[in-house]
Amino acid sequence: MSSESANAASHNVAAFFAELSRIYQADRILTNNAQLAPYESDGLTCFRARPCGVVLPETQQEVIDTVKLCHRFEIPFIARGSGTSLSGGAVPIENGLVIAMNRLNRILRYDAQQRVAVVEPGVINLKVSQHVAGDQLYYAPDPSSGPVCTIGGNVAFNSGGAHCLKYGMTSNHVLGIKAVLPDGQVVELGSDSLESVGPDLTGMFIGSEGLFGVALEVTLRLLPKPEKYYTLQAAYDSLEKAGNAVAMVVASGLLPGAMEIMDRLSMDAAEAASAAGYPKDAKAILIVELEGTTDEVDAEMPLLHGVIEESGAYTVEAARDDEHRLKIWKGRKSAFSAVGRLSPDFIVQDGVVPRTKLAEALGEIERLSQEYGIRVANVFHAGDGNLHPLVMFDGREEGALHKAEELSGEIIRLCIRLGGSITGEHGVGLEKRMYLGEMYGEDDIEFMHRLQGAVDPQELANRGKKLPAATAPALLTRGAHPLEKQGVIFRD
Amino acid sequence: MHQPTNIQELQDIVRTSQHIRVCGAGTKPALSDGATLGTSGMSGILEYEPSEYTFTALAGTPLSEIRDALAKNGQLFPFDPPFVEAGATLGGTTASGLSGPGRFRYGGIRDFILGVKMVTGEGRAVFGGGKVVKNAAGFDIPKLVTGSLGRLGVLVELTFKVFPTPETWTTIRADFSGIQVGNAAMIKLAMAQEELQCLDLEPSGRLWLRLGGLSAAVASRVDRVRNLLLQAESNVKIETLSGNDDAQLWSDVREFRWVPENHQLIKLPVSPAQVVQAESLLTTVSFENIRRYSVGGNVLWLAVPETVGRDEVDRLCQQLGRPALALTGSWSDPQRGPRQGQAFADRLLKVFDPDSRLNFVPTA
Repeated sequence: MSSESANAASHNVAAFFAELSRIYQADRILTNNAQLAPYESDGLTCFRARPCGVVLPETQQEVIDTVKLCHRFEIPFIARGSGTSLSGGAVPIENGLVIAMNRLNRILRYDAQQRVAVVEPGVINLKVSQHVAGDQLYYAPDPSSGPVCTIGGNVAFNSGGAHCLKYGMTSNHVLGIKAVLPDGQVVELGSDSLESVGPDLTGMFIGSEGLFGVALEVTLRLLPKPEKYYTLQAAYDSLEKAGNAVAMVVASGLLPGAMEIMDRLSMDAAEAASAAGYPKDAKAILIVELEGTTDEVDAEMPLLHGVIEESGAYTVEAARDDEHRLKIWKGRKSAFSAVGRLSPDFIVQDGVVPRTKLAEALGEIERLSQEYGIRVANVFHAGDGNLHPLVMFDGREEGALHKAEELSGEIIRLCIRLGGSITGEHGVGLEKRMYLGEMYGEDDIEFMHRLQGAVDPQELANRGKKLPAATAPALLTRGAHPLEKQGVIFRD
Repeated sequence: MHQPTNIQELQDIVRTSQHIRVCGAGTKPALSDGATLGTSGMSGILEYEPSEYTFTALAGTPLSEIRDALAKNGQLFPFDPPFVEAGATLGGTTASGLSGPGRFRYGGIRDFILGVKMVTGEGRAVFGGGKVVKNAAGFDIPKLVTGSLGRLGVLVELTFKVFPTPETWTTIRADFSGIQVGNAAMIKLAMAQEELQCLDLEPSGRLWLRLGGLSAAVASRVDRVRNLLLQAESNVKIETLSGNDDAQLWSDVREFRWVPENHQLIKLPVSPAQVVQAESLLTTVSFENIRRYSVGGNVLWLAVPETVGRDEVDRLCQQLGRPALALTGSWSDPQRGPRQGQAFADRLLKVFDPDSRLNFVPTA
């Protein structure tokens, strides 16, 4: 950059901040280093970037005005919720603006009879279910970060959770979105009806990882809470047997709400963290959860037990009550952060394979783990083939991160080769951009770039995420998120 | 009419044509009259692995063929597509974004589409989504094309998620004394924990509820629903249907056999809270109409004589604040009423079809 253009750029930034200060009082514009530090990273702590500032809007109009201003001054921006992204999706753009959405946390409308809630994007995922619990309703998507992650972030990344097999992901539970496009234009997509006419623009906006703009209001579909849950935990002497059990449950015609598998290493981790009480000699445990009306679940229980017995489980434990059920889930949901007890650093992957290829994929991961001499723990949503291998390493060892990255890459490619996906629910973010082009063809990637270009010609909105061929911020060391270390957030 | 048999032929046709309008089986003539391209040459199931809960089929494949293949393996379309017996294709159903009464339980066609291969207005082959039940990579092009009425591209190949078929079905019919109490009962049942598969309301106050599940639980589940219905109106007349009666009933609903000759069928997304308002409007309009509220009051299916034109429908859309889609009859533009998100749609459309070749509508 010539000194002349550098001067012009800094003049531009100064003018931009002068305009911002007409929108925000001084205490809602953060610019000094100490204030910016918490916003430099997200749940994937190896990526960091320094934004030029952070604004804390309290109204939709402030967000709209901010986006318009960014457009006018050509300042790239990212809207951020709680920053729990596991793919680097909420990492700021170097010298760009962070629009922190957490104060837009109002539930604007709740209609129990219509089973919808209209919320602002800063509303916490779990708060929605808590808000509507009195009417025996709930919001189905349950990412493990549910107690802290926001609906806006869920929308941007089409977040999943443990119950996707039966109920789908975030996009299956959002009926409408009011959003501001990257040039400040406001659009209303969808409505409060379950049905619609015309292309599904709401569906297209969801999972666009912030590239299409910022959600201002989200209309959520609520479901009646299942009357009864029946959760069982079966122990196996091999991972393969647990995988086969999943296929047998599916073949039986049952449609469980969730099916999860943990391998020995992840059980050890969970045990170290929360004394979950897993069988000491088990090589894998399978968690299956039935849910529905009491009558239906009661009728399904013997069927499920028959299948599990036949599958060669050597101990089967059913949740005695709600408390026991929550304990089983807590063990599962905390497995990732618990891995921090076994290894100073780890990479979590999110690939998907066809369910019939689960055993093959796990066998291959095991082989790769031995070949690389790197421990890999496996915790996964077995019902939908969504793997979460945890690749463990010590960032203080020379070259360890690089080697772990390499192994992770091989696992992602394995998922592509088996006909699956590079990400089931964490999104592409910064982390998996280079693999997108291996999952899709070159033409498809180019087409996606054109779509981005049509919506946001200047590439201001969350520039550098999701699509390949953009410069990435520096890769630093890996490690648990500070909140994760405290056990506040969990990874799925 | 062009009948390409593979994607290269299709690309050539699109590249060399000024206008393209696609027709599957033509079961929704308002959306396909004057078509220039047929999909019957691109038909067949490409992949179906029951234990994956997924299938991939060419766009011209009749839904009945897929339904039969699924049924042999104890599975079904969870979104309960309409016009299956009439011959509707997978591509046509996707492009028109239609789901049937059974979508009440798990979701509509947009909730079960996973992947799409298509040819855009420039003749480019584009693949979006994936072939596994869970995928967050790339833009969600499969959802976008759902309901897009052929404006974004010609659909070639589609992947969907499916579910196991319940062991048994039972339907409960409850004759309430009028629409008000019928609607109140519908709302109550939609909020209840009964896990209904279908929930439809007729203007007379007649409510239809369908249960699916294990036979061992049916009797007690029916009793529970019956009790809730009796709480809504103590003298409500209740009957249950099962076996063939149940199957025939819902087949008649999803095939729209209740729509008389010389009537056009219109879909209006609504909300359950609007049902009573819609009723007071539709009982006072100047034209005859027959209607059914489906999916727990989220969609109004309206049948009106062919003489009823766009002005009447537009007025209704305006009064209800909702869009509408005409499926049969002759319409210069079957999509009526407000179009939300146009600024977003237009930007995307420029990429999918920069020269406006797709879905050329013949001038009436």
